[in-house]
Amino acid sequence: MSVVSGNAWPANDLWPREHYLSSGFRLRDWLLTTDHKRIGWLYLASITAFFFLGGVAALLIRLELMTPRGDLVTADTYNQLFSMHGIIMIWFFLIPSIPATLGNFLLPLMVGARDLAFPRINLLSWYIYTIGGIFTLFAVIAGGVDTGWTFYTPYSTMFSNTAVLAAVTGVFVVGFSSILTGINFIVTTHKMRAPGLSWMRLPLFVWANYATSLIMVLATPVLSCTLLLIALERVLGIGIFDPSLGGDPILFQHLFWFYSHPAVYIMILPGMGVVSEIITCFSRNPIFGYKGMAISIMSIAIFGFIVWGHHMFVAGQSLYAGVMFSFFTFLVALPSAIKTFNWTATLYKGRIHFTAPMLYGLSFIGLFTIGGLTGIILASLAIDIHVHDTYFVVAHFHYIMVGGMVTAYLGGLHFWWPKMTGKRYSELWSKVAALALFIGFNLTFFPQFILGYLGMPRRYHEYPADFQILNAMSSLGAGVLAIGYLLPLVYLTWSLFKGQPAGSNPWNAKGLEWLTTSPPLKHNFVQIPRVTEPAYAYDRDDG
Amino acid sequence: MSEQRAYLPDIERGLRFLPEQASRFAGDLDIFYLVMVVVCGLLTILVFALICYFGYRYRANSHANREHIPSPRTSQRIELGVLTIMFVVFMGLFAWSSDLYLGQYRGPQSAMTINVIGKQWMWKVQHPDGAREINTIHVPVGETIALRVTSEDVIHSFYIPDFRIKRDVLPGAYREVWFEATTPGEYRLFCAEYCGSYHSRMRGKIVAMEQAAYQRWLSRQGQHDTPEVQGARLFSSYGCSGCHIGESSVRAPELAGVYGRPVPLSSGGTVMADDAYLRDSILQPQKHVVAGFNPIMPSFSGQISEDELLQIIAYIKSLQPEESGTTPPDDTTDGEEP
Repeated sequence: MSVVSGNAWPANDLWPREHYLSSGFRLRDWLLTTDHKRIGWLYLASITAFFFLGGVAALLIRLELMTPRGDLVTADTYNQLFSMHGIIMIWFFLIPSIPATLGNFLLPLMVGARDLAFPRINLLSWYIYTIGGIFTLFAVIAGGVDTGWTFYTPYSTMFSNTAVLAAVTGVFVVGFSSILTGINFIVTTHKMRAPGLSWMRLPLFVWANYATSLIMVLATPVLSCTLLLIALERVLGIGIFDPSLGGDPILFQHLFWFYSHPAVYIMILPGMGVVSEIITCFSRNPIFGYKGMAISIMSIAIFGFIVWGHHMFVAGQSLYAGVMFSFFTFLVALPSAIKTFNWTATLYKGRIHFTAPMLYGLSFIGLFTIGGLTGIILASLAIDIHVHDTYFVVAHFHYIMVGGMVTAYLGGLHFWWPKMTGKRYSELWSKVAALALFIGFNLTFFPQFILGYLGMPRRYHEYPADFQILNAMSSLGAGVLAIGYLLPLVYLTWSLFKGQPAGSNPWNAKGLEWLTTSPPLKHNFVQIPRVTEPAYAYDRDDG
Repeated sequence: MSEQRAYLPDIERGLRFLPEQASRFAGDLDIFYLVMVVVCGLLTILVFALICYFGYRYRANSHANREHIPSPRTSQRIELGVLTIMFVVFMGLFAWSSDLYLGQYRGPQSAMTINVIGKQWMWKVQHPDGAREINTIHVPVGETIALRVTSEDVIHSFYIPDFRIKRDVLPGAYREVWFEATTPGEYRLFCAEYCGSYHSRMRGKIVAMEQAAYQRWLSRQGQHDTPEVQGARLFSSYGCSGCHIGESSVRAPELAGVYGRPVPLSSGGTVMADDAYLRDSILQPQKHVVAGFNPIMPSFSGQISEDELLQIIAYIKSLQPEESGTTPPDDTTDGEEP
């Protein structure tokens, strides 16, 4: 996007004299800040801690599954490990990952605003997140929770002897943090766009976070109510879900998936936004079919609300409900297919630079394609009878959430790291990490598709001996994947202290965030920029 | 722990990429699955190939021709074309899979019914002739078998990979699973829905046998009372017969012939007297009060086990004046009556 006014710094000004990090070094300057950029950092630090906590649980799970026998940890410990892995990764890493860190940091910059619409609510949402996190950590210390992240009733309400209540409280609390972030993003996108920045000129990253925010605001309250009902049944014995008290366990599944399926889109749409920014920048091409991309983002968000029943094909809902949910699930795959096609088409006649963010972006397209197409296989009712609750499902959703969202998150982090910190990181090591992720990921999760069709159920502590070879491959892959995740932690941290200054626009990228200094000024822009061009006005002959 | 492991039937297998095809449905499903894998595989290869090709041809320092990129109008047409093709392909796959699903889950009109009760962490089985098994189910090949499944505690899921069938086993409800085994042999039975500490040990096996061998196996099981006979005994020992049979002082609905018929309710409306209705009427008598009767029956909730319930229901069914004639209720649909 070109700008008429507002760019007050020469391009060779590598290190701004004043920026959002240059004053206020005390703890209270961070903990009481209302600067969206600093709050982005607070989130970044918290979710990174939770990511590695959840990752340790994942590694222990994979170590246990190296052998068919339950010989590393007890069955109860194993059940607690996969439950904590799911709860932490979903509610404390994936859902806040891109929106609360990159979104928080970038949304005001991208729309040309000085902050989010409600800076103090933004800080409040981080505190709520932290309180929710403390409850969840307390649940781990107080003996863990063994219900799985799905809290299926009546197991979670009447049978489990673990700290279900603490975990449920943690998730209940953290929900309010997503709602507040969602409201903040929606209002900011509606009301605070810079002059000339019409809806059809918004970067797709903004569209994606906008759609995500709508889902957060509309779906999260349903989860909160459902968790409250769990607490009522568990504590007061009010019969809601347990049939022996007159309740209905299927009702829980309907309520739970009414939130948790849209939540899957909370966990992928922002990734799609990030990848759209990366692919255009490093192929020096405008996005192929901007309108189609924006429409597909919104239609995924809307259709995402009417497919929840595909989690319940074998649970005992009516046959015809099953058929309808399958139908809508096939439909929701269409906008995803269009997006994949358009990203690929964006490369056509571009000028492609294989930087680290681009490697992550291309990995995303590949892994998301596999994840999406296996979603179609699962949406097929007849196949789902066989592979429901097996490793096929585990592989599928990890392709979407880890292969998709985590890869996009890391890609985004690499893409905007120079903007956030003003520093460059090691080009070599970042490419090694991106490759380790791609190889490690496929090695970990591809064998699980085969395991699933062979019939290995998920959440199994022990398994028949002939599944061992595939499980061992998966566990070895997890080791490679762990390297892919640890490397960035090392070289990105290193770059904070030793990295070379990046300059305001090291990638020669479009978008308002690149018009300010790196790191940005405290109030983002000296003058609010005026937008005169559509998004991604890249020139193929320019670099 | 070792005790738990002792009854785990383990079936030796080598490394393979498809489970055995041991039921009529398995073959049909695998054909559809392989078509799906081919379609999805080709699409995946296409995306990877395009990324690699474009990545190489249009790498930053190549001199490839970058003129004449498609106009917005052209690209919109291409987009719509892709959308249409995908839509048609997806709808075809959707129709095929739904047809298979409905065929499998609707089930046959009548079949030999075996009762299966899941509980943490075992499967309890009762055959129509009264023979009982734990974690093992013997069935004849070439015959449609219906399993009536229910749970004593949490949700389990009854899963036989080699038959490609699965059904969640819910507490407080009856669901049915159908299959027709085609090849004699032993097949794994898994619990597929997480159910607590020893979920992964809630395993068993299906032993599919030729008809003659199955009959020999049955006769070796000795004489048992059928569920109907056991149910009749329970019917009097729990005192049900005191009110429901003969000229008792208390007026209670007559049960002979009630099964499979609509029952008028005092709240207005009717309800189909199926297994779920009979079950509810025993455990929660106030839920559906028959028109013209007072809600005086006590609840037997917590007093009658799941096995006993199935036997009492079998007995009440046997009180049918004319056998067959009515179709069995379709209790695959969600939810008992409103």
